[in-house]
Amino acid sequence: MILLRLRSTKKGKIRFASHRDIAKVWERSFRRANIPLIYSEGFSPRPRIAFGLALPTGAESECEYLDVKVDEQNLASSQLLEIPEALTELLPEGIQVTGMAKIDNKAISLQQAVTSCLWEITIAESKHDADNWVREVTASKELVVERVRKGKIISDDIRPFIKRTDECGVNDEGHVTLKVELRTQPRSLRPSEFLKSKRPHLTQLRLRRLTQFIDTGDMRLDPLEVGQSLDTSMELCSP
Amino acid sequence: MSSIWETLEKHLLEVEKPARYIGLEQGAQKPQHDKTNVAWLLTYPDTYEVGFPNQGLQILYEIINESTNAEAERAYAPWVDLEKIMREESIPLFSVDTHRPAAEFDVIAFNLSSELVYTNLINCIDLAGVPVKSEIRELNDPLIGAGGHCTYNPEPLAEIVDFFVLGDGEEVVTEITNAIHQYKSKEESTKTRNDLLCELAAIEGVYVPSLYEARLDNRGCQNLIARFECAPDVIEKRTVADLEKWPYPKQQLVPITEVVHDRLNVEVFRGCTRGCRFCQAGMITRPVRERSGEQVRSMIQAGIERTGYDDVALTSLSTADYSGIKDVVDQTITDPINCGQVSISLPSLRVDAFTVDIAAGIQNGRRTGLTFAPEAGTWRLRQVINKLISEEDLYAAVESAFSQGWRRMKLYFLIGLPTETDEDTLGIARLAENCVAIGKEYTKSASVTVSVGGFVPKPFTPFQWFGQNTLEELDRKINLLKSEIRKTKGVKLKWHDPKATLIEGILSRGDRRLGEVLEAVWRNGGTFQEWSEYFNLGMWKNAIEEQNLDFEWYAYRHREKEEVLPWDHLDAGLYKDFLWQEWRDALEQKGLEDCRWIPCYDCGACTGFGLEHVVASTSPPVGGSQGTWQNLQNVSDAPGLLQIGSKNKTETVK
Repeated sequence: MILLRLRSTKKGKIRFASHRDIAKVWERSFRRANIPLIYSEGFSPRPRIAFGLALPTGAESECEYLDVKVDEQNLASSQLLEIPEALTELLPEGIQVTGMAKIDNKAISLQQAVTSCLWEITIAESKHDADNWVREVTASKELVVERVRKGKIISDDIRPFIKRTDECGVNDEGHVTLKVELRTQPRSLRPSEFLKSKRPHLTQLRLRRLTQFIDTGDMRLDPLEVGQSLDTSMELCSP
Repeated sequence: MSSIWETLEKHLLEVEKPARYIGLEQGAQKPQHDKTNVAWLLTYPDTYEVGFPNQGLQILYEIINESTNAEAERAYAPWVDLEKIMREESIPLFSVDTHRPAAEFDVIAFNLSSELVYTNLINCIDLAGVPVKSEIRELNDPLIGAGGHCTYNPEPLAEIVDFFVLGDGEEVVTEITNAIHQYKSKEESTKTRNDLLCELAAIEGVYVPSLYEARLDNRGCQNLIARFECAPDVIEKRTVADLEKWPYPKQQLVPITEVVHDRLNVEVFRGCTRGCRFCQAGMITRPVRERSGEQVRSMIQAGIERTGYDDVALTSLSTADYSGIKDVVDQTITDPINCGQVSISLPSLRVDAFTVDIAAGIQNGRRTGLTFAPEAGTWRLRQVINKLISEEDLYAAVESAFSQGWRRMKLYFLIGLPTETDEDTLGIARLAENCVAIGKEYTKSASVTVSVGGFVPKPFTPFQWFGQNTLEELDRKINLLKSEIRKTKGVKLKWHDPKATLIEGILSRGDRRLGEVLEAVWRNGGTFQEWSEYFNLGMWKNAIEEQNLDFEWYAYRHREKEEVLPWDHLDAGLYKDFLWQEWRDALEQKGLEDCRWIPCYDCGACTGFGLEHVVASTSPPVGGSQGTWQNLQNVSDAPGLLQIGSKNKTETVK
């Protein structure tokens, strides 16, 4: 048995499919590609696929990850390196497998290992208003907001979850974009919550996840770098 | 090529389940529309999750896209939240494949499988930006077509739909394409919409209602008179003689988001000869045409490899009757290619122990519930409706199921059947009680859910003359059952709203005058009427009253033999005499056996069309009486009867 970590995009129309929908699409795609997976035991065996941090429905992404247990013994050696291409061929338009690494069987799960995500948020406000808003958020020591978690309203300081914000840009359509790195541990700060961290709230038009990081204290790694790359030509998502 | 995607995507996060509107399914086509080609928009007038799995639509989608002179895309009724946005933002009805506006297609073709979607059909036409009434449409407006079981009485939609197609669509769809294709190439100045409709009316199985005028006779019944020479007197349904030639869908679509029946579907046969007198599907799809076991297996194999599904449903009107059932099931389960990870579902179980054994063999693990449909509570009434299931058969099936690990049974019944007495209605409770008692011997948690629906008489069935039970009568019967079932532990009762049954009944046997009613209900916002949260009886009653029509006359009245029925100009293959005789026999509680195993009784479906039953196996399936009340052991004495292509069926047997 080997544990493979795959990285993929989610762009275009497919971004309106939910995390759960996409999970099912992956499961069928592995079966269609004849990639032998390890199944769970019990009455209704399911393939052992562990998905990374959920992406909000409607958001695009350059870097989504999943870990999958492959039955190595029933996999032709030539088949292994062809997995990314074979899956891309079968997955819906907009989902492209962009990297693969073999990782330690006991590696920490994606959900726990990823420490922060870099987001690009396209907003409806003017550049001037956005710049001011970002400046004030960055300058503040504390940002206490109410947010809903597991059905309960909790109120806490989200400032420590905002790792960095870049200068706002303007895209081809003339909309303002801002890049922000939000922490995901011990829980995630969602981009929608970030936009509500200070009044007046910003209005999100589009959302894109650019990078996911694993911060080990002295290194910032792409989740693929945790493992052993199987394809040296593969590019990492650059921070 | 135009697309509404850019406008649509801005709003998709404001609606529920946006993935319903993005397309991108496995198998979906992105046709490049050639101006001279015929563009079809195949539309299901209900939500995506209900309409997506429709096999008829998927079959036509493939056949059209394989042809060189046509392309097909798909559309579904947008849910109310998106419809509101579409109307505010002027987004027209669109295809999910390339998000092309509906009005840019040459044909918008609807699948009609229930009367309560008629107002959705009107809404879709309106959302497309096309005039709702056919007479107002101009040459360059899309043609509005419809197929599916409801077209066997299309009259309520006669002023809205340009053409209806009766029967199997596999062959006729290409003929329609060719006619439109030819017409498109004609010089603009010589064309009229009516000429095109006449061309369509010349195709067998195509009914163009605007070519006829409706008049009322002295009984107040609708008679149709041809307005043009091109209007045939009778429109015969289409039947694909050999299903084996049409192994579709070959590329079954696989959805990205949740839909009903999300699995591989393989149709094992079409038609049914059980002869249940209430069942329209069984009457209008005759004769029985089975696929060979070999083809079924190869369709399963190819389908599973291509789609990645691990569940296949063998579909038909009564799959346990498929003569190759045991072989197909055994071989699919044991096929090493499937690694034991493919499961089979039989959507319709027959009521007998043999069928339960098959189900037990294929459902490894999960044994949650089984469903049977005895349809009526007493043997007397089951003879009336010709559902010849003996009580012993039912109990044997139930015992077999409980003993093999199932804990929950679901039993389907109809109420409001002809000649029904309270004894029959209460018989439902008694059967359920006995089933629970059997179950208790095997498991403490044995339970039975009784599901009752009000009976709606349908065109081209022996019960087409029967006056439907009134709303009050159905309510009374449900209450009767409720109080009876309350006494029994382990039995639960569910029922279909009799108010909806009433409207289904009015539309099912209605005439052209109901077109105005449909339009009024639609104008008042009455869409998604098959969704109980949107169904509104008051709206229907008001609309009927405003047209000075009498809903009781439509729904509750017994029809007379001499009366002209609104669908008399259509031919479903069944002789009217046969149906009338069946109606008389029903009232005398005379059953009629399954004609696959007995001599032909000449219903018209085979003889009238020069067709015959096609059966995959030369011997009847094992399993005793098989719920047919026949001793099938003797049938094998009549070889030849069951062979594929046996020409002299009646002679061989007599």
